[in-house]
Amino acid sequence: MTSLLRLTTAGSVDDGKSTLVGRLLHDTQSIMTDQLAAVEQATRARGGDLPDLALFTDGLRAEREQGITIDAAYRYFATPTRKFVLADCPGHVQYTRNTVCGASTAELAVILVDARQGLVEQTRRHLAVMAFLRVPHLVLAVNKMDLVNFDEPTFRRIESEFAAAAGALGVPDLVAVPVSALHGDNVAVASRRTQWYRGPTLLEHLEAVPTGRAAVAEPMRFPVQLVLRPRTAEHPDYRGLAGRVASGVLEVGHEVIALPSGGRSTVVGIDTPDGPMSCAAAGQSVTVLLSDEIDVGRGEVLARPEQAPRVVTELDADLCWLADHPLRAGARVLVKHGTRTVRAVVTELTGRLDLRTLRHTAPPAALELNEIGVARIRLAQPLAVDSYATDRHTGGFLVIDAADGNTLAAGLVG
Amino acid sequence: MTAIMTAPARSAAVEADHLAALESEAVHIIREVIAEFERPVLLFSGGKDSAVLLHLALCAVYPAPLPLPLLHVDTGHNFPEVISYRDRRVLELGLRLHVAAVQDWIDDGRLTERPDGTRNPLQTVPLLDTINEHRFDAVLGGARRDEDRARAKERIVSLRDAFGGWDPRRQRPELWNLYNGRHSAGEHVRVFPLSNWTELDVWRYIARRDIPVPSIYYAHQREVFARDGMWLTAGTWGGPRRGERVVLKSVRYRTVGDTSCTGAVESTAATLEEVLAEVAASRITERGATRADDRLSEAAMEDRKREGYF
Repeated sequence: MTSLLRLTTAGSVDDGKSTLVGRLLHDTQSIMTDQLAAVEQATRARGGDLPDLALFTDGLRAEREQGITIDAAYRYFATPTRKFVLADCPGHVQYTRNTVCGASTAELAVILVDARQGLVEQTRRHLAVMAFLRVPHLVLAVNKMDLVNFDEPTFRRIESEFAAAAGALGVPDLVAVPVSALHGDNVAVASRRTQWYRGPTLLEHLEAVPTGRAAVAEPMRFPVQLVLRPRTAEHPDYRGLAGRVASGVLEVGHEVIALPSGGRSTVVGIDTPDGPMSCAAAGQSVTVLLSDEIDVGRGEVLARPEQAPRVVTELDADLCWLADHPLRAGARVLVKHGTRTVRAVVTELTGRLDLRTLRHTAPPAALELNEIGVARIRLAQPLAVDSYATDRHTGGFLVIDAADGNTLAAGLVG
Repeated sequence: MTAIMTAPARSAAVEADHLAALESEAVHIIREVIAEFERPVLLFSGGKDSAVLLHLALCAVYPAPLPLPLLHVDTGHNFPEVISYRDRRVLELGLRLHVAAVQDWIDDGRLTERPDGTRNPLQTVPLLDTINEHRFDAVLGGARRDEDRARAKERIVSLRDAFGGWDPRRQRPELWNLYNGRHSAGEHVRVFPLSNWTELDVWRYIARRDIPVPSIYYAHQREVFARDGMWLTAGTWGGPRRGERVVLKSVRYRTVGDTSCTGAVESTAATLEEVLAEVAASRITERGATRADDRLSEAAMEDRKREGYF
């Protein structure tokens, strides 16, 4: 049985991130011969010599022409025990915007540093974004070790500087690996040129990181997506609440409360096309049958009454601003949280986040693209929310432009 | 609190392998579409990916009937085995199917036959016309990101402008499992629940769920001829040309599309197990092995997607 790990990468310009991703794919035999032939042909067309593995991931015409990565790309590779979904995020253009997207679903992030450069401003930003979005596992890949003669003190210096920064931001798990993406050292194969390094290769670590969530320890959250009412001869009175368990474990026999409406009922069945289940854990899509015909529809969250989320009409939240035009107090927006979308007004900008320290500074007049600020948001209808710090899966929301429908910000409930 | 700690709860959490995780993700996406859009439609070509997508859509609403119709853009050059599979599935499951036939667009002059006889690029106009005619606001498709470099950059929920166009530089950020499908009148979204699946995942899932697929995915004897390094099948679209020799081979198809540009692979994999083993061992992508339309340039797929292709 194979597990699934979602990961993301971040690096500054020329840290060799595309090469590292290409190397991971190559060394797990995930690049097919026709793809490699296409890369070799494209490399030659650009006057190159060694196959440029970056060309494998840079998929758009403009990217290949300009030699840069513009948009996040998703890559897939697998080992006998694990399948990997990699959100490959470019480091330089709209770095925060892209990194936030990749980090939002990632269980692990690989941050690249050029061994010759050490930590740079962008490294600290990437680290802060991963910490801000509470990616549970971080890997520091110190790349281009071949260009510093695989020098241990260089690696150790970068490792300790990064670890200190990560520690200050409360990163729970960090592993540092010395690599040469170009030559493959310590990516999938242990390098003979880093005898001083005793840790895992990058791939070994990716295979070993625990993926399962400790769902049993989390408060249960079940956002209702839609009500299934077949009204067929076979199922004349069936009324099931379709959704995906966001957190915790849902069990038959549990008393539940539907929020924000407040109705209470008992779970009498968990239905799937495979037949009934006694329980369902975070991540599973199922259909819930309740004992009473309480008025529950899309937008409600089922929870256990003693572990219920907060029902609020006002939110204090961190906003990572993703739009070109700045945010100012008074903006009328939509907030999409779980399966509910409500009208809202950003009443106040109460602070800006300094990404180097993750500390809040004085209230800004406006929030610009790629900045993170704290805002107070008044909601037209109530939402049942958790703090992002306690639940990554129910504490996030989108801020949407009510006029053109574009996504303006990633919101983290405070 | 203690009730949560019982054994079955833990086993449910542990049992979610990667296919189960992909299944739950896809069902979640399909349910979001059904809940949030007024007129969704599911693209059903009869290919393996759309067979899996249809299965997942049925799971998403089980035991209720599927509340959306299917749409197939028929080039007129499809494999007869695939068309009969398509019609059989629709009948068995009691579904509604819209067919947009490229031939109709050629007959009334809205499209012109290409000199090379291939109709694959001609599918875009009938697709967009049909979306407009029925005012479909969400179009579910079985495309996967591992198929192509341009598709690797695609969002799960992807906005199309009033001309059906895709602008890769103006894609919306996609965060957590929150999908923003808001669009203006005339615009629509394409939704790809199988985004994170690979070809091997699709076959493993077909095996796990016992999903029927057209017979041509399994090895069979077929008269084929070589063109551009691919084994093409003879047909009304214009092959073989003079000098192209027809030979009888044991082949199967890894993808199913227009006969003029879909190549067969030499294979003896006649059972699901054999196909699974072959796909797992393959060193060539399914599109590289079988699709002439993607060999045009480094960015062939991106260029077609910009124009509204699926």
